[in-house]
Amino acid sequence: MKLQNEMNLSFESRSSNEAFARCAVAAFLTQLDPTISELNDIKTAVSEAVTNCVVHAYKDTIGKVYINVKIEENSLIVIKIRDTGCGIENIKKAMEPLFTTAPSDERAGLGFAVMESFTDKLSVRSKIGKGTTVTFQKRLSRRVGNG
Amino acid sequence: MRISEGEEEITAYLSGDIDHHSARDMRESIDAIVQMKKPSLLRLDFSGVKFMDSSGIGLIMGRYRLMALYGGIVRVVNVPDELERMMNLSGLSSLDIIERRGVKLETAK
Ligand SMILES: Nc1ncnc2c1ncn2[C@@H]1O[C@H](COP(=O)(O)OP(=O)(O)OP(=O)(O)O)[C@@H](O)[C@H]1O
Ligand SMILES: [Mg+2]
Repeated sequence: MKLQNEMNLSFESRSSNEAFARCAVAAFLTQLDPTISELNDIKTAVSEAVTNCVVHAYKDTIGKVYINVKIEENSLIVIKIRDTGCGIENIKKAMEPLFTTAPSDERAGLGFAVMESFTDKLSVRSKIGKGTTVTFQKRLSRRVGNG
Repeated sequence: MRISEGEEEITAYLSGDIDHHSARDMRESIDAIVQMKKPSLLRLDFSGVKFMDSSGIGLIMGRYRLMALYGGIVRVVNVPDELERMMNLSGLSSLDIIERRGVKLETAK
């Protein structure tokens, strides 16, 4: 796949950055002229992944969150959201709808289910004590540029 | 967020983006008044909500549990079309508390 554009972002895992992160990604993607609904899907998935870094990966501490967005041929968007936090013990279990390790915090256990449903493809890599990388893809309906 | 009080019911008009960051303030304002008034009905009006992630579902479920403590109920009203998928995903439709433009949301297949 030919890369057409790329951006990187890193910021501290403060909850006030959750809105910043999803809006920054959305702003970067406006060059592709996405539909409002496509943009909303991506913002929702980004918000879920970033919130997981704030709430789970760096629970009780502040760490760095890294976002990489690639625009590939035919309006394929690939977004990686990475932390160097606590890691996930059992990824399969964590991805089950309604599974949460923070019920007292009013978490619904829906983040991964939402990312899965609002994007085309989701993958999660994680190592205990090293961190987690969530990658999702979405192809926009409209083709822009001359790829 | 605006909150209106009746005799037996309270309506919270949620607005803007609901995420993990903003949900905390909303939760605190709603819970303070619910704990004081112990209404039989808490209405969460979503007409002004522009964006919501799963934190919004957590917010609804938490209020549902709080109201249940007092024997009260929650109704989620005026859910914008864009939030329908999130509501359906949550399984909240099975609790039968969500209304969209006065019509109950159909349960997800
Ligand atoms: N970046 C991460 N680092 C460490 N643990 C994580 C991370 N992301 C998710 N998890 C673990 O996976 C579980 C499920 O995540 P998911 O986002 O689906 O639900 P949640 O965050 O618990 O609730 P919700 O997203 O509905 O608020 C979390 O409870 C947490 O234990
Ligand atoms: Mg989550």
